[in-house]
Amino acid sequence: MRNYNLNHLQQIEAEAIYVLRETAAQFERPGLLFSGGKDSIIMAHLASKAFAPAKIPFPFVHVDTGHNFEETIKFRDKFVESYGVQLIVGKVQESIDRGTATEETGANASRNALQSVTLLETIDRENFDACLGGGRRDEEKARAKERFFSHRDAFGQWDPKNQRPELWNLFNGGKGQGENFRVFPLSNWTEMDVWQYAKIENIELPNIYFAHEREVIERNGSLLAVTDFVTPTENEDILKQTVRFRTIGDATCTGAVVSDAQNIDDVIAEVAASRITERGARADDRRSEAAMEDRKKQGYF
Amino acid sequence: MSKEKDYLKMDMLRFTTAGSVDDGKSTLIGRLFHDTKSIFEDQLEAIEKSSRSRGDENINLALLTDGLRAEREQGITIDVAYRYFATPKRKFIIADTPGHIQYTRNMVTGASTANLALILVDARNGVVEQTRRHSFIADLLGIKHIAVCINKMDLVDYQEDAYEKVLRQFSDFASRLENVSELTFIPLSALQGDNVVDRSENMPWYKGPPLLYHLENVYVGSDANHVDSRFPVQWVIRPHSDKYHDFRGFAGRVAGGVFKVGDEIRALPSGFSSRISKIFMGDKGIDEAFSPQSVTIQLEDEIDISRGDMLVKPNNQPKVSQDLDARICWFSGSKKLIKGGKYLIKHTTKSAQAMISEICYKVDVNTLRKNEGDQEFGMNDIGRIKFRTSEPLFFDTYRRNRNTGSFILIDPFTHQTLAAGMLR
Repeated sequence: MRNYNLNHLQQIEAEAIYVLRETAAQFERPGLLFSGGKDSIIMAHLASKAFAPAKIPFPFVHVDTGHNFEETIKFRDKFVESYGVQLIVGKVQESIDRGTATEETGANASRNALQSVTLLETIDRENFDACLGGGRRDEEKARAKERFFSHRDAFGQWDPKNQRPELWNLFNGGKGQGENFRVFPLSNWTEMDVWQYAKIENIELPNIYFAHEREVIERNGSLLAVTDFVTPTENEDILKQTVRFRTIGDATCTGAVVSDAQNIDDVIAEVAASRITERGARADDRRSEAAMEDRKKQGYF
Repeated sequence: MSKEKDYLKMDMLRFTTAGSVDDGKSTLIGRLFHDTKSIFEDQLEAIEKSSRSRGDENINLALLTDGLRAEREQGITIDVAYRYFATPKRKFIIADTPGHIQYTRNMVTGASTANLALILVDARNGVVEQTRRHSFIADLLGIKHIAVCINKMDLVDYQEDAYEKVLRQFSDFASRLENVSELTFIPLSALQGDNVVDRSENMPWYKGPPLLYHLENVYVGSDANHVDSRFPVQWVIRPHSDKYHDFRGFAGRVAGGVFKVGDEIRALPSGFSSRISKIFMGDKGIDEAFSPQSVTIQLEDEIDISRGDMLVKPNNQPKVSQDLDARICWFSGSKKLIKGGKYLIKHTTKSAQAMISEICYKVDVNTLRKNEGDQEFGMNDIGRIKFRTSEPLFFDTYRRNRNTGSFILIDPFTHQTLAAGMLR
């Protein structure tokens, strides 16, 4: 008899596709949160596989802080066009203009936390009852207890004590008026899985994930790219370094790492040897030990 | 051999760990992570900082596994946490659950997706009530492989007697486990690292492998059912495009057996027959699909099939019934299971209503005795019930197939998940 075994990537792929199809089946109007980062690119690729040869049956949603790496936005637009899906953009700037969000002040001000406000407003405006996110449980310890189908109350809040147990592959998407869900098909993926999968599926990723020369400043132990939103203070020197990004978020709080990794194989080797976590370079997680837990409770991704 | 080929040969093992802090469970996980280089410097730094501020003398590896602030403050674990590590051979997913009695439901949840259960025994105490409870739950959830880790061997001078004693005590009740087909005993010290990743020189009398070697090599390939072909339809793909004008594909995850192009199938509940014309994985055609692959199946004939229906083979059909018999674990703290109670049931991709017709017995998870007098189930209770559904379910016994033998009960008003069940 043939050997009916799947390798680890085939197993988590089958699981993610199953979760994406459950989302389409159990909800009226899901949206796929697409940041242009690698996790959301992988998720979009899986969605196209899940529903082929039909188009992905839900729109992409980008919560735009306005503090983007230019490359990310270009990549996003090209990507959305190639998949033929609708893109809905929720702008943090508009929440600020409306007065529903207030800009942080000070040297380390970031719009990262404000994304929650804009996300909830976008969910409301578009009547989304589920938002697919690329979050993974290996990223951060508050995520280790996250469900595939994560329930949010009418205020968009995550109550860790009131999450539904998830058994086998039976996902309960039942909800009351005004409540909604975040769904995480990549829950069981690790950073390494994402890169290995990108390699075998030949998935194109934005070039800022690979080594390039860039002007950076060192701030609180992170290497931040010098952009329109991050300008050096008097005491900070601009350095020219060969770097890459391990995660792509708001440009004000996403740190680069010094790297020579030119292609996916190099990155896989680098991740295997890495001694710090992927989010270790993210200033947003380092604000306090429970930073992620607190943001999730307020409606963060 | 290139690196790329190496990781394409990796497979995956999901295991659950149950035990209390006293058994050294967190230390064991910490040790596995540490010795396989899965702890990162920034994580170590963070727990060093927390350990210091709590006044702990040594680095408290338990802090690595306690995720939420509420838990850290109270020094407890309130839920299942999933953790990941990998060796060149396998990717591991650990469902880490707390061991206290009130957390039976978490153990059940963690065990539902696991291939193997890791059970910790303190070498000084031997098999205790909690060991029996953990083994019972692992068995109830159909786990076939149990690894009993006899921990703290350093505290009994690495004497073989302690190991032999646990072996004897365990075999006394192991005969009552229905599903477990492989029991492995490993003497170790999580604190000192004996027999965790590397073979211990302190226990030359032990001829078996260290824990990690066992986890890397235990054979779980035959755990999935590749005999009874079952395909619960999840979603119907209709592109509505010029290019795929008449395309109708049935998307789903193979829940058992194998489906090949050309196979004759029967659709349930309609009973109509057809043949498989194509199988797709994404947009690529493939010859066959097996559990647990997610694929899309096209049929030769236009027959009416929708979500909740099931494709099977004419010569191997599941049971079809509205009157069901199951073992369940009750999860809800606010609502009790009662005879006559009405709930929603989710089984494969099908949803229906269920009404409880009989409460047969409850099991005392500590003594494993059946109690027939008690008619009310509260949180963490396990027992056997009979119920009737509004539509027939297509199912196999849980023992035969975890995918088609499992279900959850949902509160029709609050939508909370109330119970997990295993069909008989």
